[in-house]
Amino acid sequence: MGAVPLAHGLVVAALLFGLGLLGVLVRRNLIFILLSIEVMLNAAGLAFVIAGARWGQADGQVMFLFILATAAAEVAVGLALALQFYRRLGSLDADAAAALRG
Amino acid sequence: MLYWLWLVPAVPFAGFLILVLAGRRLGRAGTAVVGVGSIAVATAIAFAIVPPFLALPGPDRVFTQTLWTWMRIGDFTPTVGLRLDALSLVMMLVVTGVSVLIHLYSSAFMDGDEGYARFFSYMNLFVGSMLVLVLADNLLLLYLGWEGVGLCSYLLIGFWYRDPVNANAGRKAFIVTRVGDTALAIGLFLIATHLGTLDIQLLMARAAAAWAPGSALPIAAAALLLGGAVGKSAQLPLQTWLPDAMAGPTPVSALIHAATMVTAGVYLIARTHVLFALAPPVQFAVAVVGAATLLLAGCSALTQRDIKRVLAYSTISQIGYMFLALGVGAWSAAIFHFMTHAFFKALLFLGAGVVIIEMHEEHDMFEMGGLRRDLPVTFWTFLIGSASLAAVPLVTAGFYSKDLILFDTWSSAAGGPWLWLAGLVGALLTSLYTFRMVFVTFFGERHRAPAGRAGWRMTLPLVVLAVLAIVAGFVELPPTLGDKPYFTGFLLPVLPAVAAIPARALDLGRLQIAAGLVSLAGIYVSWLLYGGRRATVTALMRHPSALVTRRFWFAGWGFDWLYDHVFVRPVVWFAFADRHDVVDRIYDGLAWSSRAGWRALSATETGRIRAYAAGVTIGAIIITTIVIWT
Amino acid sequence: MILAWLILVPAIAGVLAWAAERWSRAWPRWVALAGTIVDLVLAVRLWIAAWSAAAPPPGHWLVELNLPWIDALGIRFHLGLDGLSLLLVLLTAFLGIMAVACSWTEIQDRIGLFHLHLMWVLAGIIGVFLSLDLFLFYFFWEMMLVPMYFLIGMWGHERRIYAAVKFFIFTQISGLLMLVAIVALSVVHGRATGVYTFDYVQLLGTPLSPTTGWWLMLGFFGAFAVKLPVVPVHTWLPDAHTEAPTAGSVVLASLLLKTGAYGLLRFVLPLFRDAAASFAPVAIGLGVVGVLYGSVLAFGQTDLKRLVAYTSVSHMGFVLIGVFAGTALALQGAILQILCHGLSTGALFILVGALQERTHTRDINELGGLWPIVPRMGGMTMFFALGAMGLPGLGNFVAEFLVLIGTYQVSPTAAALASIGLIISTLYALWMIQAAFQGRSRETIRIRDLGAREMAMTAALVVALVWLGVYPQPVIDAAVPVVATLTTGPQGAAR
Repeated sequence: MGAVPLAHGLVVAALLFGLGLLGVLVRRNLIFILLSIEVMLNAAGLAFVIAGARWGQADGQVMFLFILATAAAEVAVGLALALQFYRRLGSLDADAAAALRG
Repeated sequence: MLYWLWLVPAVPFAGFLILVLAGRRLGRAGTAVVGVGSIAVATAIAFAIVPPFLALPGPDRVFTQTLWTWMRIGDFTPTVGLRLDALSLVMMLVVTGVSVLIHLYSSAFMDGDEGYARFFSYMNLFVGSMLVLVLADNLLLLYLGWEGVGLCSYLLIGFWYRDPVNANAGRKAFIVTRVGDTALAIGLFLIATHLGTLDIQLLMARAAAAWAPGSALPIAAAALLLGGAVGKSAQLPLQTWLPDAMAGPTPVSALIHAATMVTAGVYLIARTHVLFALAPPVQFAVAVVGAATLLLAGCSALTQRDIKRVLAYSTISQIGYMFLALGVGAWSAAIFHFMTHAFFKALLFLGAGVVIIEMHEEHDMFEMGGLRRDLPVTFWTFLIGSASLAAVPLVTAGFYSKDLILFDTWSSAAGGPWLWLAGLVGALLTSLYTFRMVFVTFFGERHRAPAGRAGWRMTLPLVVLAVLAIVAGFVELPPTLGDKPYFTGFLLPVLPAVAAIPARALDLGRLQIAAGLVSLAGIYVSWLLYGGRRATVTALMRHPSALVTRRFWFAGWGFDWLYDHVFVRPVVWFAFADRHDVVDRIYDGLAWSSRAGWRALSATETGRIRAYAAGVTIGAIIITTIVIWT
Repeated sequence: MILAWLILVPAIAGVLAWAAERWSRAWPRWVALAGTIVDLVLAVRLWIAAWSAAAPPPGHWLVELNLPWIDALGIRFHLGLDGLSLLLVLLTAFLGIMAVACSWTEIQDRIGLFHLHLMWVLAGIIGVFLSLDLFLFYFFWEMMLVPMYFLIGMWGHERRIYAAVKFFIFTQISGLLMLVAIVALSVVHGRATGVYTFDYVQLLGTPLSPTTGWWLMLGFFGAFAVKLPVVPVHTWLPDAHTEAPTAGSVVLASLLLKTGAYGLLRFVLPLFRDAAASFAPVAIGLGVVGVLYGSVLAFGQTDLKRLVAYTSVSHMGFVLIGVFAGTALALQGAILQILCHGLSTGALFILVGALQERTHTRDINELGGLWPIVPRMGGMTMFFALGAMGLPGLGNFVAEFLVLIGTYQVSPTAAALASIGLIISTLYALWMIQAAFQGRSRETIRIRDLGAREMAMTAALVVALVWLGVYPQPVIDAAVPVVATLTTGPQGAAR
């Protein structure tokens, strides 16, 4: 079985990252923003794994594990914040929290 | 006795101080006693100094008195020192003598004015400053007196300050003369720098030794001094302030703007004559300025209606004669004319003052008329003064002094027929406008009755001055009339004789006859024009060109208009337009732009998380692009 | 130790005045007055001592105090007094009395705090005049700035906050420039000799490359130019002077500006001899512009205080010209001008302040015809206005004349142009008199004439000004050693 070309893998990772970014920018719902960030993190992880496979190094996978842990922590904190957010403002609209406007 | 010299200026200053500090408590009589008394004491001392001065040995008698060193910085050591020589003695005697008469007159003239003490304090300050001016042995001290008299002139012109017209006239006088004073100050810088001293005798000796005649430095120095002189003496082109200066009380006009201060320029040039002799072009300029001024002012005097303005233009014109004399090197003739002019012009002003208060503050001559019988003393003394001013031959002082000037102008190597002709035409104008004034004021129809306010304190000075206006001329008799040149002989150690062309000196008799005829002709013509019904004048004035000329001359040849448009308005406009200071706008701009920057940046601080994320994204893309593409 | 007391007395008096407000409203005034009088007595005693003693050899000071302070950085508490600083300390103490006296009835609010600030400004100014350590100098430089900011900001007139902030920004930025220059100078000196010090005397001989010297000189000049002020950076002055309370205006115009002139004489000329010499044409040009532009601006004002403020720009232009002309006459003239301007402008601010206290306006268009109502005030204003326009017989004339004559030796053109300033000064001086005191009064206003306190103050200033005008020799003598050092270098003075 022929290896997937590096370029293909990276294109998929970039596409995933772009989708995630788009989600962050256009969604107003806090939950969806969190989800989009997850997608972006995973896209970055995918790029690491592909790169690790290309050069036959374990570092890529180590980094992916690291990202996995970070993402888990992020989700935990993010969801807690979202919960607080909903309690304070009565909605999950990210734009509702603009009290720091200059 | 000579050591009392310092008291001559000091006593008037003391009078000034007393009047300023205790003016209110003195009362009217006390004020008059202090004000007039201080001048009388100074005059007495001045005259008491004459015998010991004459007893000094040698032809060039000099007495110097150094009071203290004003300042001492290295070699620069101007002193507060007085110098009494023939020239300053004459000046001192004329100044104190005329001052005491005018002070006496003022004590009656100003009676009832609310600023009685203020008036006398200014007058005393003036006399003190004027004496410092004439007695100073160095130019810096002279400059102190010079500015001091300018200040008093300003204060006294604007004495009735409630009327802005008077205050403006005072301000104008001070500012215009200060233009000249500044030139004089720069001249002082030049002299001090290049000759290393401001002591008048020393600097003249050094200049004569170090400077070649006609080289650049003496020309610059003399030109700058001339600038100061034309300002103070109201000569072209700085003559415009003097007619307006008539806003002051009449004794002030008599003392400051006729007899003493305005002739300070003449004194300055005579005092520093060596510098002018080293600068022939400037000396010629002095003569031309004098000739031009005497003609212009004579024409203007012909058209005035205000009796004081006639006299003001006449003063400008007569000082023009003095400048003419200085310009041709006839230094003593200028001082001689200064002396006689001080007497007869002070007399005329004081007479005019009597007329004005008798006419209830009316200045227009054509509203007076027929005062011959009502005010006999005033009329006769005024007539004597006018005759002296018009240089009626043989019997008046003005004849002898003016004649000397005309003769020297003709015969001097620096003069010539053209300057002489200007002087002769000026003589015609003088007798024309003088007797126009006499005929209009004292002859013809009587318009109103006099108030009868003039007492002995006002008439006594008139009489004394009238006597002087006649006899003062006899101290200098020309060769054709006795040949007794006492006056020029007395001044000879200080002021050298005229460098005359011998061939021209023979014309003296013919010149005198011409001058005498011109003077009498002027009187006759003015009698024809103004003595009777004035039908000729009325007919003449119907002609449009005559009207235009009259308006032009009446306005002093448009100098006021010119200066107003060229100097006054631009400066005032700029000062007013820039009163918020254009430089500050730069800092306002700086403040505004930093505020604008703050506003622009704070607008990006939306508080919306997604906008920040977008910003991060865009920034990342830009940085990545830059990294990849370079 | 007497030098330290000169600074400490007003500082302590300020604290005591602040504390004394607890007991009575009158106490702070008396405490402050006592403080300034004690200071003046100390200064006069120093003057008498200096007069009777033989002149010290060059490089030595009449009185000196040198204590360790921050040894690690080579900073010492080094004070020294020579003729120049003596004159300025005398002026400060004398005008300090005036400043306290002229606030006697004007300030009715937070009296103790006011006098605390006032006294600390004075202490800072005296410190500036005495410091011989550059770091200490900078310390005092800032110390006089902060209380002044509060004086303007808390007791000033309508636009006081704007004026105070503007004043603070201008002086602070320029002060920081100087701090950079001071540190750089110390570092350059340390690299060259191995001794890191801020001591003035040691830094005097620092070898500097022309470029370095030029930039460091500009750093110092910037700070002093703002204080002086020199024309493009003068715009803080009219606002600060106009909005400050009378005492603040007096201190600002008569003393704070003088610190700039003092700095030029004490630091810029001796430390950067070559750079200053090559900069002189520019500085003289700026001075001429200041003389002319300042007087034209003064002529255009309708606010009396602002008018007087702009005359300072004009008069300090003469100081700048004199300092950079560098001849003995010009330097003596500049020093005299520092003193005379302090006296005459201080007096004018006192008089305008008194007028404002009575009529509640400074607008020239609302005044007029006041002479018959307040003749003493009119006479005094006339006197000091004449002083400001340089009437002979008063100190300002001697000063301006010496500056111009000294400048003429270097540059006739500059002297001639600056002389035109004499004409324009006539314009504004006479305009001020005429607009406020002559003419017809608008309505029959009833205001008090100058009282005994005000007469005593102005009379003292009159006497001082006349004395400087007719016999300035004592002042000239006091300044002779300093001027000799400046014109010929330290070696020249020794000869």
